[in-house]
Order: sequence, then structure tokens, then C-alpha cells
Amino acid sequence: MLDVFKKKGLFDRLKAGLAKTRDILLTDVDDLVLGEKRIDQALFDELEETLIRADIGPAFTYELIEEMKGQVKRKELSRADLLKGILREAMKGILTGQETALRLPSEGICAVMVVGVNGTGKTTTIGKIAYELKNRGERVLLVAADTFRAAAIEQLEAWSNRAGVPLIKQRPNADPASVVFDAIQAAKAGKGRILLVDTAGRLHTKLNLMEELKKMKRIVTRELPDRPQEVLLVVDATTGQNGLLQAKMFKEEVGVTGIVLTKLDGTAKGGIVIRIAKELGIPIRYIGVGEGLEDLQPFDGNAFVEALFGAEG
Amino acid sequence: MFENLTEKLDAVFRKLKGRSRLDEENIQGALREIRMALLEADVNFKVAKGFVEDVKTRSLGQEVTESISPGQQVVKIVHDRLVELMGGESSQIRFGNRFPAPIMLVGLQGSGKTTTAVKLAKHVTKQGKRTLLASVDVYRPAAMDQLRILGKEAALPVFEAGDLKDPVTICRRAVEDAKNRGYEALIIDTAGRLHIDQEMMTELIRIKEAVQPAEILFVADAMTGQEAVNVAATFNERLGIDGVIMTKLDGDARGGAALSLKAVMGKPIKFVGVGEKVEALEVFHPDRMATRILGMGDIVSLVEKAQATVDERQARELERKIRKNEFTLEDFRNQLSQIKKMGALKDIFSMIPGMNKIKAFRQIDPDEKELVRVTAIIDSMTKKERQDHLLIDGRRRKRIALGSGTTVQDVNRLLKSYGEMRKIMKKMTSKEGMKALRRGNIPF
Repeated sequence: MLDVFKKKGLFDRLKAGLAKTRDILLTDVDDLVLGEKRIDQALFDELEETLIRADIGPAFTYELIEEMKGQVKRKELSRADLLKGILREAMKGILTGQETALRLPSEGICAVMVVGVNGTGKTTTIGKIAYELKNRGERVLLVAADTFRAAAIEQLEAWSNRAGVPLIKQRPNADPASVVFDAIQAAKAGKGRILLVDTAGRLHTKLNLMEELKKMKRIVTRELPDRPQEVLLVVDATTGQNGLLQAKMFKEEVGVTGIVLTKLDGTAKGGIVIRIAKELGIPIRYIGVGEGLEDLQPFDGNAFVEALFGAEG
Repeated sequence: MFENLTEKLDAVFRKLKGRSRLDEENIQGALREIRMALLEADVNFKVAKGFVEDVKTRSLGQEVTESISPGQQVVKIVHDRLVELMGGESSQIRFGNRFPAPIMLVGLQGSGKTTTAVKLAKHVTKQGKRTLLASVDVYRPAAMDQLRILGKEAALPVFEAGDLKDPVTICRRAVEDAKNRGYEALIIDTAGRLHIDQEMMTELIRIKEAVQPAEILFVADAMTGQEAVNVAATFNERLGIDGVIMTKLDGDARGGAALSLKAVMGKPIKFVGVGEKVEALEVFHPDRMATRILGMGDIVSLVEKAQATVDERQARELERKIRKNEFTLEDFRNQLSQIKKMGALKDIFSMIPGMNKIKAFRQIDPDEKELVRVTAIIDSMTKKERQDHLLIDGRRRKRIALGSGTTVQDVNRLLKSYGEMRKIMKKMTSKEGMKALRRGNIPF
């Protein structure tokens, strides 16, 4: 079996991950604002370009730029290097308080549903979360509720072997809600405590597929009344402004409780989560930085913003 | 067509009433709106900038005519220019004269290569070329199983790699196998990879050298943001891309990446993926893409999609009936049987902006099982009942339920949905309804 894991120390991994986020996210901004610059239109243009290229979105970018221009005009701001502080505060204001670890009760069965559009990395993310929880001593149960995509069950099975956690599955094309039901019964029988439910990728515009997701959620609510539930939306860092629509729709339909931002090991900036956090207030839980079991890090809003502007490390 | 942007532009231009020409000064606000629209659609920053400059040059000095608003005038320039930039080369695949002609699909993780490989194989097979599929994704767990299963479902042959672990070896064997068994095309599904992963990019180059593909197609997710161009440009530099297949266009992504990719690489967008079904691959239409980027639902595509599956005479008859509010249960049933062919109704509605917000459509929105049940219910009605749903009283409902093996509640629900559908159709076809729809507002 070919494997893509590379063993790295925890520290290296963390450092690399943070440096990456910082590099990708907004080193450019840092270069811009720390250099010897005068505040002029050219500087604003450069800032604007950096923000837009991070996929933060044109509207929010202009909002930020206008705010800074206003302050310059009112003479509250005269030094180019202070622009950075303002940008940092704006982003921090949005992101901090938006970071929370996975809310898992210390006892009792609970379910974490992982949802998202096609190809964002749901199954891989589940593998990583399972591994993390298992290392924390949790008893995890993987639930193969993507019965639609060809070989999705096999894919999750491979992760279940890698992470060493049991898997509940049925045949392909089985009703996903019934897989969830089975898994809850298995958990009640003592097979595991935390259910990680892998769902099929679906475009947020496909209403019948959203109904299917709601049905799964209803089963969880019915079978585990009054138990906390997590619904994690997996967002690909390369996603552009459509990411906001995705988050909005999934939130409305199934009540997303958190976001996992994947594929941050590429060059994409993932700035769309800032817009999502700003407009929808959905907290970001994790970032994905590779294809290995350990390539998952808790999202830290403060560090994210600091890293964004290169202030630490 | 482009009411959204047009209205914004008209508002900008309102200030310049009385002026007879678009000039440097009065066009600024309009250009800003265009730029915002492009950026919101994920057109790359630099591409958008260049595009706006270009539009400015083309607009300056244009007479402001009485017959159309300056907004419409500029939008037309923008639209035409978008079409021009994204169009050009035909989207035909050049197979060359080797057997088999290998076609390589490459791209980032999760862009949709495997699904696209099967769709493309189906497409090529339909053109009369015997096509073999091969997966060389030895990394993602169960990736090869996925292609095998999809191939089987679509009745397409898939190369069995057995215990082979080296992608280059698998490719060589697949080519040999295709040659021996007389296949004319070989579609190679490669593993998803980051463009900055040197090792993995080198692997692609080795595959390319080994199989000498007739074409290398880059598979791009329509939802990609600003990074689209960097990724594609890197693949192009390292490998030499012949064209692009854009996936997941059945969602509501505006797909500005299409313009960016074409602008940066100069390579044609050959196909677009528009659904999960194996037939859901279409030839790229620059004009529709332009409409979409400018923020209007792809109404042209929608109409054509419907026309392709519904025969035209029937469609015209249906349109007449909808307009006159004579849409009977009989028509409803005929519609249902078309829906399966068309891809589901909600796919169609999802192309119209704002449509997915509407509750009533959710009730209509049928899953496959529901379709069978609904058809059974209508089949159990008499012809008269199908022509006039008001006839169907309690007793008749009971009989219909019994006949179709459903419950009276099911029959009630169907009649209710049908009633709502008629109401919506009435509103939709009213003058105000169409107007609102074009503006992106839904009148119900």
C-alpha cells in the first residue's frame, strides 16, 4: 500500500504550518506596509490587489480601503506603516472569537457531520480528525454516509485503517440516513462515542441533496435528543467568492457549526473564510495543510492574523 | 439580459444626461462597477484590470444614442468582448492519427478529474471512437476503485492495473493494452496534485514522455478563486496544456476563472461539467459563460437544455399551455418523464439566480423514487381527471390512492404541489413576473 504520510515532528509541523499560512496569506501585505512607503494611491492600489488576490472579496476589500482612506483624509493616519495595524485590527475583529475547538461533550455519544461541496476534502479531513481524537484517547466511530460517490466507502475504509478507528458502513447507494441510524445504534451498543459522519459532496444549489442531508440530521436529533451536534463545513482554500454562497446555504439548511479550511498547503490564500466569518459568523475550527494523518491544525484566529501580517516567528 | 449590471450602469450614467458621448470622465463610475462585477465573479485581479482598460478604450467616444441606455451600450461592449476573449478555437479534441490517442487529464485535488474522465470517455465513445479508461492515481485511497465502478456503471472499459504501483508503468501498459485490443482513444485519469509539488509534477512529465499524449487537458473547478491562474499557468509551463475542462458549473459559481484561464494561458476551454450524471458534459459556449460572469442566470443554457431533451413541438405546446394556464396533470406527467432525461428539475432551476430560495420548488423537486410514485398516481387517474384536476374529489382520491398503491395523503400532496406549480407558472409568465425574474427578484 502506497502511503503519502511523511513523519515530521510536531513542532516542525506546527511551525511549517504557521509559516505557510503566513507566507500564503499576506506576507505581501507585510512587505508592502513595512517598506519605505508614502501613503498615496499607488500604495492603496497595492494593498487592494493583495487583499483581492487573497480571495477576501472585492466588496470587503473596498470597505477596508475606504476606511483607511477616510482616516488618512481626517489626518488620523499619516504613516504608511500604520496601515498594517488597521488592517490587522479589522481582520482580527472578524476572526478572533471565531475560533473554537471542536465542541465535544466529555461524555455521552455525540455526532459530528462533515459536509460540503464536491472535492473539498471531506473524507481526508475526517481521517485526520479521527486520528487526532483517537490520540486524545477518544473512542471514535467513522460513519460511511457517502453512499453515492463511487468508491467513497472504500476511501473512508482506507482512512479507518490508517487511523485505526472502526467504521460503520452499508452497501453503496444505501440510504445515508439509515447508515447514520445504524452507526448511532452501534455507538449505543458501546462501539464508540464520537461519530464522524462522512457525507457525499453536494453542490449547495441541489435541493434534493440538501433534503437528504437534513434527513440525516433529523435522525441524529431523534436518536440522540438533547445531545450536542457538530456540523462541519469543509471549504477548499482555493475557493473563490462562491464559498460565501456555499456557507450561507449549508448554514441555512443544516445549521453549520464550524468550518474546516483545507488545502492550505498550496498557494491559495483561503481569504474567503474571512468574508464567511464576517458575514455569517461561522467559527473556523481547523485548517488542513497536507494529505498526511497529522496535517490538521486547530484554527487560531489570533495566530492566523498575526501570521497574516508576519508579526511573529 | 444583463439587467443587474445594466441597471447599475444606468444609475451611474443617469448623472450624465445631456452629454452625447462616453468620455474619460463620465465612464469612470461605470468601469468601477464592471470591475466589481468581474472580481465578484472571481475573475483574476490582473485579468480584470486589463479587461476594464480594454473596455474603456472601446467605449470612449461612443455616441450615447437615444434608443438604448448608456448602461446597455456599455454592457453590450463588455459582453461582446468577453465572448470574443473566451471564444475562438473550437473545442474539438485533436486525436491525431495514432491508435490509441492518449488523452491526459490533470489538475488539483478535488477538481473532478475522475468524474470528468468517465464523462469524456462517454462523449468520445458517442463520437464513434472506441475508448479505454485508465487511472494512474495510486495515491488517493480507492481512487482506482472509483474509476472502475464509474466505468462499469457507464458500460465503459477500464484498464486493470492489477498490482502495478508505478504510474508511468501503468500508463505504458495501458497504452499497450489499448493498442492490442484495438482502442482508438485512451483517457488517463491522473492523481490530483498541487502545482508546487515538484515531485508530483515531475511524475506528470514522466507520464507525458512515456505516452506522448495527443492532448493534455487541465481540469478546473468553476468555484476556484484568484489562484486559478497561478495553478493553471504552472501546469501549463511544466506540461504544456492543450485545453481546459471546467467542472461543477451546475452550481451557482459565476466561473470567472474561465475568463482568467483563457486570458492567461490562451488555451481553449473545451468542455464544461454540469452535473453528476455521465452525460453531464457539454461543449463550452463563450456567450453563455459571458452572461454568467456578468451575474445573470444562464437562461440561454436553460432554454437549450430543455430543448435538447423535450422535443420542440411538445415544448411549444407546453409553453402555450403554461401561458394560458392550461397546464394539466397529463402535461405534468409528461414533464416528469422528461425530467429524468433532462437531469433533475432543480438542476434547471438552480441555473436561475435566486430560484433555489423558493419553498414551492422544494416541494416540486422530486427525488427519483418520488418520481416513480407520482407517475403511478397520475397513471391511476382517468383521462378526464388528468384534464381537469378540480374533478378529483375525496372518493376519487381514495380510488386513485388504491390504484397506485399509495395513500390519500400522497395524492393530496401531489395535487397540492401541482396546484402550486400552476400558480407559480401563472406568476412567472405574467408580464410583471418576467420582469422581476430578469432582475433576479422572484415574484413569489
